[in-house]
Amino acid sequence: MVMTTDFRFKPPVTVPDDRAGPERATSCPISEAEAWSDGIVVRQLSAWYGSFQAIRNVNLLVGPKRVTAVIGPSGCGKSTLIRCLNRMHEVAPKARVAGQVYLRSDDIYGSGTDPVLVRRRVGMVFQKPNPFPTMSVFDNVAAGLRLNSLFSRRSHLADIVEQGLRRAALWDEVKDKLNRPATELSGGQQQRLCIARALAIEPEVILMDEPCSALDPVATLKIEDLMRDLSVSYTIVIVTHNMQQAARVADCTAVMMMAEDCAGEMIEFGATSEVFTNPKAKGTEDYITGRCG
Amino acid sequence: MLGLCATSAFLAIGVLALILGYVLFNGISYINFDFFTQLPKPAGESGGGVSNAIAGSLLTVGIAAAIGIPFGIGAGVFVAEMAGPRLAAVVRFTADVLTGVPSIVVGIVVYSWLVLKMGHFSALAAAVALAIIMLPIMARSSEEMLKLVPQSQREAALALGVTRWRTILSVVIPAARRGLITGGLLAVARAAGETAPLLFTALGNQFWSLSIAGKPIDALPLRIYQYGTGPYNSQHEQAWAAAFVLVTVVFCISLASRLLLTRRG
Repeated sequence: MVMTTDFRFKPPVTVPDDRAGPERATSCPISEAEAWSDGIVVRQLSAWYGSFQAIRNVNLLVGPKRVTAVIGPSGCGKSTLIRCLNRMHEVAPKARVAGQVYLRSDDIYGSGTDPVLVRRRVGMVFQKPNPFPTMSVFDNVAAGLRLNSLFSRRSHLADIVEQGLRRAALWDEVKDKLNRPATELSGGQQQRLCIARALAIEPEVILMDEPCSALDPVATLKIEDLMRDLSVSYTIVIVTHNMQQAARVADCTAVMMMAEDCAGEMIEFGATSEVFTNPKAKGTEDYITGRCG
Repeated sequence: MLGLCATSAFLAIGVLALILGYVLFNGISYINFDFFTQLPKPAGESGGGVSNAIAGSLLTVGIAAAIGIPFGIGAGVFVAEMAGPRLAAVVRFTADVLTGVPSIVVGIVVYSWLVLKMGHFSALAAAVALAIIMLPIMARSSEEMLKLVPQSQREAALALGVTRWRTILSVVIPAARRGLITGGLLAVARAAGETAPLLFTALGNQFWSLSIAGKPIDALPLRIYQYGTGPYNSQHEQAWAAAFVLVTVVFCISLASRLLLTRRG
């Protein structure tokens, strides 16, 4: 994906409610053709940890340049689902996957596909901010490029680091402490640093696994603003168990629920406004009204 | 019950204090400049020093560390990062057995492998014996230290599309570096005090030598052994002084590793 938008001069969006405009309702559901050409298509995806089935037969269309939220009660397989989208699921011992995931029609579980290359196209931000504690702010953002030996010249790297930090709305706060250890930043800053780190390798998709669950409300709001801004040029999939968060940031929402045998299944998928105001599945209604989960 | 356990605990501390105190008391008065710079005098003559033994110990332990520490870390990385649970258990158990092998047995095996084949005692043979003793210590400690690195660090790197080996090399090992250095220091401290394997491999040497493979070499524990069992008072004095130096070095290394591990930031 080519980055054309310059975020430097974009006025910051401050009031979250302003963003729940009608243009978002029209961007979902997406057509299958669009998901095939520019998004992610998930077909009959099942995943196991050893003999335990975590998700079963999930089908999902992720539209390009949108925020897609996956919500549901704890343990319903939300995290497992997105970890399957960049092949991080298989990092866990004895983990197994069946089904297909297509990223812009490339089968990421195809026999010749290197998971390392998939992960360069599909970045990930984790629940707890996990900057590299032995590295400075600068080195954290540069880590993806350095450790992949993609760039070595410091001047070039400096541009990329600045760009990544600006896109993650962190540049102004850290430009004077680029050489300080990353662990000196606050939790919210660390999480945005992790986003900058993921952005620096120019991924096509960014997966966020409950990115705000370890953060305070102010930091959460900043990350949510950031997600909206980034969705102009990136495809974003976010897992959250905060329904208000999904309602605030997501164009499309998928709802997962545990089946009798504890395997997670997707019970509903559609435009966020539809899912929250007019849910089709009984389980969704129970979940969003607080009757279960 | 509490009294009994407390007594046992203080007994353990007391024994250490007693040993350190006794060595200090007996040895410190014979420490002087000559002791570190002079070669041993012929038996029965007073004066002289153990400079050759100090240099020999540094040389053999240094070579041993250069062999034992990298392989030990490699084994630790294999067990902690790559091997499946069953293979890891096998390697771990083997390392524990190797730790339990009496050091004199290590000495005699290296004697038959290296000393007999090469035709003479040498610093290299001594270093190999000490490296064998360091290897399992290093492997187990580095495994433990690598396991302390949070999984989230590995995931952070892998999710950036970093290969597995590069993740280990550039993220996991740096994160565990302090623990690895500690393990290395403890292994060095252990090897520095070993005597039995040196009897078969280094042999000891009255004269100055820094030859790695050509001739026998002296070492502090050997010098203590030789002087301590000798008939002359002057030798006993120097044995105490050498014991004092050895204990001080080992104690300082242990202390340094402890400080390194507990310091934060």
